[in-house]
Amino acid sequence: MSVDEMVTLEAGPGEIMEVSMGPHHPSTHGVFRMDVRLEGERVVRLKPVFGYLHRNHEKIAEHGAYLSAIPYTDRLDYLCSMTNNWGYVLAVEKLAGIPVPERAEYIRVIVAELTRFQNHAGLVGFLLQDMGASGTPLMYAFREREKILDLFESLSGARMMCNYMRFGGVRVDCSAEWLEEVRQLIGRLPRFVDEFEALLRANEILMARTQGVGVLPRELAINAGVTGPMLRASGVNYDIRKVDKYGVYDRFEFQVPLGDHGDVYDRYMMRILEMRESVKILEQALRDISDGPIMDPKTRLRGLRPKAGEAYGRIESPKGELGFFLVSDGTMNPYRYRVRPPSMINLTILEDMCLGQNVADVVITLGSVDIVLGEVDR
Amino acid sequence: MLGEGIIQGLLETARNFFGSYVEKDRLVTVQYPEQRHPLPEASRNFPFLLYDGSEPEAGLRCVACQICEKECPPRCIHIEKSKDKKPDFVGKQQFYPAVFNIDVSVCMSCQICVEVCPFDAIRMDKVFELSTSNRFGGLLWTKRELAKSNEYYQKIHPTEAAECDDRREKELAEAQAKAAAAATAKAAQAAAATAGAGTSAASANGASGNGAGAKPAEVPAKTTVTP
Amino acid sequence: MSPLPAVEELKALIEAGVTGAAVAVVPNSSPSGQHSLLLDREHARAVAEFLRDHAELRLDYCSLVTGVDWLDRETTEKIKVKKVVEGPDGSQQETEVEETRKTKTPGYLEAVYHLFSMEKKHGPVILRLRTANRADDGHVPSLTPVWRSAEFQEREAFDLYGIVFDGHPDLRRILMWDGFVDYPMRKDYVPPADDALAGVHA
Ligand code: SF4
Ligand code: SF4
Repeated sequence: MSVDEMVTLEAGPGEIMEVSMGPHHPSTHGVFRMDVRLEGERVVRLKPVFGYLHRNHEKIAEHGAYLSAIPYTDRLDYLCSMTNNWGYVLAVEKLAGIPVPERAEYIRVIVAELTRFQNHAGLVGFLLQDMGASGTPLMYAFREREKILDLFESLSGARMMCNYMRFGGVRVDCSAEWLEEVRQLIGRLPRFVDEFEALLRANEILMARTQGVGVLPRELAINAGVTGPMLRASGVNYDIRKVDKYGVYDRFEFQVPLGDHGDVYDRYMMRILEMRESVKILEQALRDISDGPIMDPKTRLRGLRPKAGEAYGRIESPKGELGFFLVSDGTMNPYRYRVRPPSMINLTILEDMCLGQNVADVVITLGSVDIVLGEVDR
Repeated sequence: MLGEGIIQGLLETARNFFGSYVEKDRLVTVQYPEQRHPLPEASRNFPFLLYDGSEPEAGLRCVACQICEKECPPRCIHIEKSKDKKPDFVGKQQFYPAVFNIDVSVCMSCQICVEVCPFDAIRMDKVFELSTSNRFGGLLWTKRELAKSNEYYQKIHPTEAAECDDRREKELAEAQAKAAAAATAKAAQAAAATAGAGTSAASANGASGNGAGAKPAEVPAKTTVTP
Repeated sequence: MSPLPAVEELKALIEAGVTGAAVAVVPNSSPSGQHSLLLDREHARAVAEFLRDHAELRLDYCSLVTGVDWLDRETTEKIKVKKVVEGPDGSQQETEVEETRKTKTPGYLEAVYHLFSMEKKHGPVILRLRTANRADDGHVPSLTPVWRSAEFQEREAFDLYGIVFDGHPDLRRILMWDGFVDYPMRKDYVPPADDALAGVHA
């Protein structure tokens, strides 16, 4: 298709115009394209096109040992490397039956909830940016996010590509000072959430732009396998932290926020409310963490050979259900390594949410899905 | 009232603007490159090779066991083993890398090479301003660029380096004690042999000749891989 | 979380609920203990609908669709056969001779579905569908009409493994570009030589 064919600029009333949004477009959060068919301003068809960032992560992982896949998982959803690590190590632990000491479980919860907080802060900032609130909210969000990344750096050595978890535990122990720093930071985070909420929650423009836009009905959300805050915005109470109770999540008291309209506004509020719940979990985890080993000394990291078999491990990542499906044939490399990428599967219903909307709403609907192309394309 | 939400939002912006003059929490940026945030101790970038003493080439701890080469996820390490051997810090004869290259443009700073190295020979550096205008050779580091002294390591990762030095000292002491014990045992054996039967004197001589000298008893390869 | 019946019970349930369905249990010996059910291709769609709508099971959520490539396998086993041989003195003797016998197991492509229930909060139930072989008949029925979540994932399995999902509404390549010919996740895939870069390096 030539450019001329793609963009027919002089479409009269009732005429169909095809627009290729992306792949290089500031609203697509990466290299992502939407083939949109418009009737005037109204979307009548939308096909997501991706794969521009595809590097066949799964094949790379199948060629390497179990240990060497961990740093690659950092690069899936590159904003949340800690939770990606966790999903993978959880699957390997299930596959090989590796126990995890309690302290390591607590550290995992702490870093995972910090990850969730910074992901949601960033997402809300980007979403508001998509709506035209350029810069200010995003900078506030990034300011707080940086503080969390600083903590990650002093713990694991890297801000984003943490490569921190190992099957059977975590790589390095955290010091008492580090825990104290986290404690101090989460003491300040609720104020940030309040301010952030006050900034725009009651804003009339935001309400007009988001309420009733990009509605995702409950039944469709379930059937299309939508997970994470997006699913809960549609009113389905399904949070893997509560359902599977992996790690030590059964020990914490927290609520699962639920929306009831399933529109962009609900999805936005879901993130704000989940940030608050994450702070609650962090407070409890910091209170209850006890001393102990971070890894069973018998665990073999290098040259792990699980028995032939398969396992599916999943966690509630900030974007939804992040799962890893591993098939072992008894050798050092996984025979099959499969990622369940939440943000790719959440894209399945992008068209359904956008049909009949204005083209400007496509941008914010996509923004509210929270995609990261490293994970969508793998 | 219409516009109330907008005013509320503007108040927040104002609070942040004026707050940034007084509150450190609201002003987090620095004027790079004149000002810099200090890097935390754990921070990591690209690997370097440690050497003891003052000779980068001679003091390299790496014994070219090639474990890191095999475990490096993007396979960016290239090692060629030497033909001859040289003594390591406990005096044991070991190979050394004739060639040790890391393609830093491929390296993903994952630290797995550091974790798997059983000889404390490779560590993570903190330098990050590494841009070069040479696309294909500029970031291929050889032994020469990679070798950094133990003092440098102590400077950038003090806690970790202290632990590492302690461990190596202990190991050295153990190896020396073992060598001494083996030497005395050999001597005693030789003495007993000469005292016992005069006929076995020749073999006893041979045994003591083996035991003495630069080659102490086998030191088991250390397997303290940091998890 | 309501308890989920064991795989054997599930098999019985399905066979009672869907007439003609042939279900086999694929055991999994790993510590995860996640056993799966192998469905026949003809009844897979009906079984999927049955599982989704069953009042007790309500597997309304298909989390994951995976393609797996199982290569043709050649197993060699040594077996002892009795043979009558002529002895040196001309008499007939029965001796045992060892013979190696090669058996070829044809490979297949497999689509694995992980099902959960959002309503009952249980799972996973794992379904497997196998193609007839790897070469020319890579067809399995699509389960996208039952669970929308399979749409992109089945496209991915088609793209990377070449499994053809019959009944899929929009089966196109998804991650690779349209003109690409091979299936890169297959075990016998050979990547093209890096000629494109050769000139640049020089
Ligand atoms: S693992 Fe350590 S000793 Fe072995 S080759 Fe690598 S750097 Fe050298
Ligand atoms: S840091 Fe990782 S990628 Fe870099 S050389 Fe070491 S193992 Fe290889």
